[in-house]
Amino acid sequence: MDYLFHGLLEAFRLLLGGDPETYSAVAATLKVSSYAMAASLLMGIPLGFVLGHLRFPGRRQARLVVDTLLSLPTVFIGLLVYAFVSRQGPLGHMGLLFTLPGIAIGQTLLALPVVIALTATAVESMDANLRVTLLSLGANRRQLMRDTLWEARHGILAAGLNAYGRVMTEVGISMMVGGNIKWHTRTITTAIALETNKGQFALGIALGLILLLIAFGVTAAMSLLRRK
Amino acid sequence: MKRMNFMTKGFFLLIACLALLCGPAWAAEPQAVMMATTTSTDDTGLLDYLAPHFKTATGYELRWTATGTGKALELGKNCDVDVLLVHAPKAEKKFVEEGNGINRVLVMYNDFVITGPAADPAGIKGKTVAEALAAIAAKKSPFVSRGDNSGTHKMEQELWTASKLPLPEKESWYVSTGQGMLVTINVAAEKNGYTLTDRGTYIKYESDKAGKAPQVILVEGDAPLLNQYSVIEVDPKRCAKVNNLLAHQFAVWVTGPQAQKLIDEFQLMGKQLFTANAPR
Repeated sequence: MDYLFHGLLEAFRLLLGGDPETYSAVAATLKVSSYAMAASLLMGIPLGFVLGHLRFPGRRQARLVVDTLLSLPTVFIGLLVYAFVSRQGPLGHMGLLFTLPGIAIGQTLLALPVVIALTATAVESMDANLRVTLLSLGANRRQLMRDTLWEARHGILAAGLNAYGRVMTEVGISMMVGGNIKWHTRTITTAIALETNKGQFALGIALGLILLLIAFGVTAAMSLLRRK
Repeated sequence: MKRMNFMTKGFFLLIACLALLCGPAWAAEPQAVMMATTTSTDDTGLLDYLAPHFKTATGYELRWTATGTGKALELGKNCDVDVLLVHAPKAEKKFVEEGNGINRVLVMYNDFVITGPAADPAGIKGKTVAEALAAIAAKKSPFVSRGDNSGTHKMEQELWTASKLPLPEKESWYVSTGQGMLVTINVAAEKNGYTLTDRGTYIKYESDKAGKAPQVILVEGDAPLLNQYSVIEVDPKRCAKVNNLLAHQFAVWVTGPQAQKLIDEFQLMGKQLFTANAPR
């Protein structure tokens, strides 16, 4: 039990004392999750919107695939990406293994289904009445799309936050593709795994608290954005 | 107006974040040798201690990913690392014979020990490995295995075979953790059971527990318990992309007089962890 208390103290010591290893892991986590989130939002929001807004043949099947991909295990994604970016793999020449962009590719695959599925749900859930209202007000197709997207903004924000949560906390991809290399690809989660393996439970808890603190910062910033 | 505000804010926030983050990522990196190694060299702090000396001596950075020997060899096979520092002589020889690696050179050794609860319910203290394993099996005392294809796991399997005992993988008293050495020792402590560990990791464990370690060394010093580490360069003829120049530099350095002396001097809790034994 005293791990918890020591962990809390340790978290303060690492953050306030400016521990370079901790800050390196924090920077790696922020960098890689930002790459992954930028990519998955840019691709996921339009795709999710199309999936939720338009009616086309095969939509239900596409939805089923996306919903299934919500359960992709991170270690499996890690192995998949490893197979591609290993020097023996088809993308081997790009030198992505053991780099942050390599991890970001995997995390994008992890976040994309979340963004698509939740965006689609957000758009779907408001379509019924909104559509009729807008059309009766004389909106054309483009205006209809734009206003639907605008009205679904809170749902899309929630999709982003949900995806961010998965990306920030995953360890399988970062470990397999990143290799947990000190000063380079060691993220907070792989550092927690390492410290736990080394039996440094208090340090693991400290790093976990730091991760939560970052998540709090991001969520708070988003809710501020939402209120304005 | 309200809409623009929201959109532009979000957009600028995104751009600002990306600009901030991409800058350092695209900066030129110094040349580094990429190594795959086992958890024991990393967990004990040996590599953190050697890497700065390597940098001073050669100007190159040493980067490593610490995994089980099985995965380390697989990374070598797939040409993903330049050099290996591992401890599973049989698997290493096979790796070299299959044309995956060259210039395998001995670097250092430490030894394995069998640890267990101080009360020693199976009564193995001071016995040979073969006697001790037979006693554990006869008594059906919990035995905790790495079970992760690591060097230590391979060593453990060889010890059962060498002791002419069936591999107890399906027995109820045999626990396979599939995790690192320190986790495995902790599991053994929780289960009041026995485990095989390298001495380096045990010393680290003992030092973490500050004199209150529930697991103690019961069997040691028997010849089959020797744990040999070797360095292997990934074969550049098979893997065109590996940086053999740096890999060779590292192999020469780590088996040379400076690093060998450093390895002998490396201590934890006032105890020497590894004994350098590169051929002179």
